[in-house]
Amino acid sequence: MAILVNEHTRLLVQGITGREGTFHTQQAVAYGTKVVAGVTPGKGGASLDGIPVFNTVQEAREKTGASASVIFVPPAFAADAIMEAADAGVPLVVAITEGIPTFDMIRVMESLEGKRTRLIGPNCPGIISPGKCKIGIMPGSIHLPGHVGVVSRSGTLTYEAVGQLTALGIGQSTCIGIGGDPIIGTTFVDALRLFNDDPETRAMVMIGEIGGAAEEEAAAFIKANVKKPVVGFIAGRTAPPGRRMGHAGAIISGGKGTARDKITALEAAGVTVAESPALIGETLKGIMNSE
Amino acid sequence: MKIHEYQAKQILTKFGVTTPQGDVAYTPEEARGVAEKLGGTVVVKAQIHAGGRGKAGGVKIARNPKEAEGLAHEMLGKRLVTPQTGPEGRVVRRVLVEEGLDIARELYLGLVIDRAVARPVMMASTEGGVEIEIVAAEHPERILKEYIDPAIGFQAFQARKLAFGLGLEGALVNEAARFLAALYRAFEATDASLAEINPLVVTRDGRILALDAKMNFDDNALYRHKDIRELRDLDEEDPLEVKASNYNLSYIRLDGTVGCMVNGAGLAMATMDLIQYAGGSPANFLDVGGGANEEQVRRGFEIILSDPHVRAVLVNIFGGIMRCDIVAHGVVAAARSLGVKVPVVVRLEGTNVDLGQQILRESGLNFTVASGMKDAAEKVVALTHQN
Repeated sequence: MAILVNEHTRLLVQGITGREGTFHTQQAVAYGTKVVAGVTPGKGGASLDGIPVFNTVQEAREKTGASASVIFVPPAFAADAIMEAADAGVPLVVAITEGIPTFDMIRVMESLEGKRTRLIGPNCPGIISPGKCKIGIMPGSIHLPGHVGVVSRSGTLTYEAVGQLTALGIGQSTCIGIGGDPIIGTTFVDALRLFNDDPETRAMVMIGEIGGAAEEEAAAFIKANVKKPVVGFIAGRTAPPGRRMGHAGAIISGGKGTARDKITALEAAGVTVAESPALIGETLKGIMNSE
Repeated sequence: MKIHEYQAKQILTKFGVTTPQGDVAYTPEEARGVAEKLGGTVVVKAQIHAGGRGKAGGVKIARNPKEAEGLAHEMLGKRLVTPQTGPEGRVVRRVLVEEGLDIARELYLGLVIDRAVARPVMMASTEGGVEIEIVAAEHPERILKEYIDPAIGFQAFQARKLAFGLGLEGALVNEAARFLAALYRAFEATDASLAEINPLVVTRDGRILALDAKMNFDDNALYRHKDIRELRDLDEEDPLEVKASNYNLSYIRLDGTVGCMVNGAGLAMATMDLIQYAGGSPANFLDVGGGANEEQVRRGFEIILSDPHVRAVLVNIFGGIMRCDIVAHGVVAAARSLGVKVPVVVRLEGTNVDLGQQILRESGLNFTVASGMKDAAEKVVALTHQN
């Protein structure tokens, strides 16, 4: 069993006719994801490799029964696209788009309250349940079906960690990139809760970074609720304070959000924190062998 | 994006936030002119993108226009070193000359986005003029907070709660409420990420004004604020960082010797950490982005090599969207055109990795091809020590 997405997931692509949207739709189809519809306002009636394109998410959902949506819409229009998907009742929305204004995301989060939609991202690589369903921009080939849940604020650093696991023969149940922005839908705590409740996930890897307090909140959750082994890594030990390190959310401000604080909190919660990003896979292997 | 105090005050004034009378001056003569117009005692304030100016001698009182001219003469063109500038300090290129005020109380007011609840929060404190982080650490109960519902905006009752909480009375309560509401309007309308009034002052004649003002803006929203984009002061930024931003590269200069070029912010930070773990020190953060093309990789290389402290370069690319052969072409083209003299360790992984490595090997250039992150970091640190 995987969490959130599996072989039954019916995917809708918002922004399917754009360059990124088209490329990653083809990649998803090649991986085996059931892509049932695309949406580009004004291009309804067209099709991409046999996938029908609709003008609105509502129409796409009614005609195809899409159960998840992925967003490849440019930043200025992405908040609107997320809200459209939520309004149409799509249960899972994965926003890949980087660069959405913070105030737009504040309004999105407000609009999602009381709705059944779960948002992943934005500014994230997406979610994959290896061998079953790939939604996003991650390279499918590095993944291996298995029993480790991976959750991360990063994109390529997640690929690095997954690549290490796969090279050691350790497969993954589901890998979720929650995104590098200050305001995101699904949090570490949300993902860890789902992994903790998933009988097929036996261990977890969480990859955090400087900025905010999401890792500290995750530590508190793990301490209180999680019995499965968790390996952590926090990027940005060498990051200077007050500078935004690429991700909009990766900034140490007012002395808060340092890697040291996060590592201390995770270790106090029983998480084994890898010293080096090159040792994430080996650290997990060591723990699973000693279990 | 950051702006100067005087620019923040100009923006805030447009939204109805009361600020002292004053104007910016680029020369001592201009400073004298502003002081003459204002009359009486004035304050001369050095304009740099860093706090802690007062104690560093960047804020001084002048009793007349001649003194204002003298103070501006002292400040302009000089390096001001404050706890926030680092030891190299910042050159003062403009000063703000403002009316002197008869201050009764100094308070604190700040607006930020609270990430955890995804809402703006207005913070107020009676501890004005002190760094709010210190207040938060020592007396968290002295910081009052009001969270703002983005759909309905900042409400009058919230403003009154904060005003009464600050111990204001009588007509000052409504005056403060009006001030707070105007501050929120400015914050929301400009897509600010921070609006800080420290101190907010109450004068003996019963006025409430922003004695200091700091505003930062959401970089992601600058596309819809042309007027704010124009306030960017390139003199306040590292020239290499400015150059990188012109190429849409995310680059931050550090003080080490190993240059690094990485795709993705998280992996870039992790690579810096790994260099340190292997016994070296990173010279920079550089994320070439997911969809970086050959030209961008070349530009990235050019910027890394412009830093004279760089003794070796580590290229760490995990191909997701990015194809390793494109990266390899970029690295080869850059190394050729720039005549790279320092050793370059390249680690490629992901899509088309074999093709990428082949391109590097067949380039005839002196690349060290690494397998895995650990190997790459160890190799590049060893090369740094050799040179």
